[in-house]
Amino acid sequence: MKSQTIRRWSFVHTWTSLICTVFLLMLAVTGLPLIFHHEIDHLLGDAPELKEMPADTPKLDLQQLVLKAQAHRPGEVMQYFGWDEDDSNGVVAIMAATAGTEPNSSHTFMLDARTGDAVEMPSANGGFMMTMLRLHVDMFAGLPGKLLLAFMGVLFVVAIISGVVLYSPFMRRLKFATVRHEKSRRLRWLDLHNLIGIVTLTWALVVGVTGVISALSDLVIAAWRNDSLSAMVAPYRDAPPLTALAPVSRVLDIAAEAAPGMVPDFIAFPGTRFSSEHHYAVFMKGGTHLTAHLLTPVLIDASTLAVTAVGERPWYMDAMGLSQPLHFGDYGGRPMQILWAVLDVLTIIVLGSGVYLWVVRRRAAVPAVQAEVAG
Amino acid sequence: MKRKASSLRSVFGMPALIALLGAAGLFAALLGDGWWDALAWIGLGLPAWYSIRGVCR
Repeated sequence: MKSQTIRRWSFVHTWTSLICTVFLLMLAVTGLPLIFHHEIDHLLGDAPELKEMPADTPKLDLQQLVLKAQAHRPGEVMQYFGWDEDDSNGVVAIMAATAGTEPNSSHTFMLDARTGDAVEMPSANGGFMMTMLRLHVDMFAGLPGKLLLAFMGVLFVVAIISGVVLYSPFMRRLKFATVRHEKSRRLRWLDLHNLIGIVTLTWALVVGVTGVISALSDLVIAAWRNDSLSAMVAPYRDAPPLTALAPVSRVLDIAAEAAPGMVPDFIAFPGTRFSSEHHYAVFMKGGTHLTAHLLTPVLIDASTLAVTAVGERPWYMDAMGLSQPLHFGDYGGRPMQILWAVLDVLTIIVLGSGVYLWVVRRRAAVPAVQAEVAG
Repeated sequence: MKRKASSLRSVFGMPALIALLGAAGLFAALLGDGWWDALAWIGLGLPAWYSIRGVCR
């Protein structure tokens, strides 16, 4: 590679990394506890615990759960019901002042599907883990925060790619995985930076790109509303607002008939951003490992309970669905979680050593410049 | 020309192999549990092992 070319790539690598490093460090540090959020919730006693009851205890009708939820939080309306993966008797309920209230102002709790008893989920509404999550997702700055982090993610990806290009001139005369411990501190960290950077390449790229996609989720959902949802509910455009909702008791059966072989993931109540003003939207996930991350909405008229449409899955919704496991590392058991944490810490080392190498090289360059100026 | 290609292979051979195994593992674990997950553990374990060995030695 020509020295001119190397200098250009080096410029790209230096500045894309320097700009995103502070944000990436914050993301790596806040992301670390988030990998173990289930375990931490259990340790802190924040995980919802349902009563022990005989295994064959019947479950309440879904409409009864709506009434229980409304009795628990009078004056608020239902936004979502979601199904808990850990405990099939738990139904996650999300309520707010209005159906259209933005997610951070909603209240999340759990209902025992057998008794309708409400169980609080403190970490879903505030506290340490929520602070970590908000810092990680939008730095408490809403959409501008998410977009800034998405941009930092793009810089991170460019930094990784330029780093790979620069790997070859540095490593031409060295065997793979060489770390020169005995020479200078700078060389040791240079070798470690190159080694850890190149071996964590795939993971960092995948987590970086899926993070950018997740950071753009608001835009993806807006596109889906404009595109897919508005076409499905077009006949309702001039329909008057609903004054009463039909009971939800049968919506899961109706959705299961409309989307055979699929399993309900959550119900969006009318007026939320995952539904229209006139529909219950039951989001069904596929029955296989892979398709369990892909959601198909079944729109059910909230006054007649007739199926209006079974949604298609636009590619960007699938991309968003698949980004989640690939970003969280929660789909390959405990060993994967631990490796995710190790790779996260290694990324912190790459970021830190990168800054160190830049500072050392700059410090070395200053006397040279001064000498030039003096001369 | 030939020398250039072989030096490229010697520099990027191992990194490319590790990167491919990592990608295969990340994808495999999406397809199932058990052995599929184990592929991801290998794919992510190699980078972790090489890095930790580099730091500690």
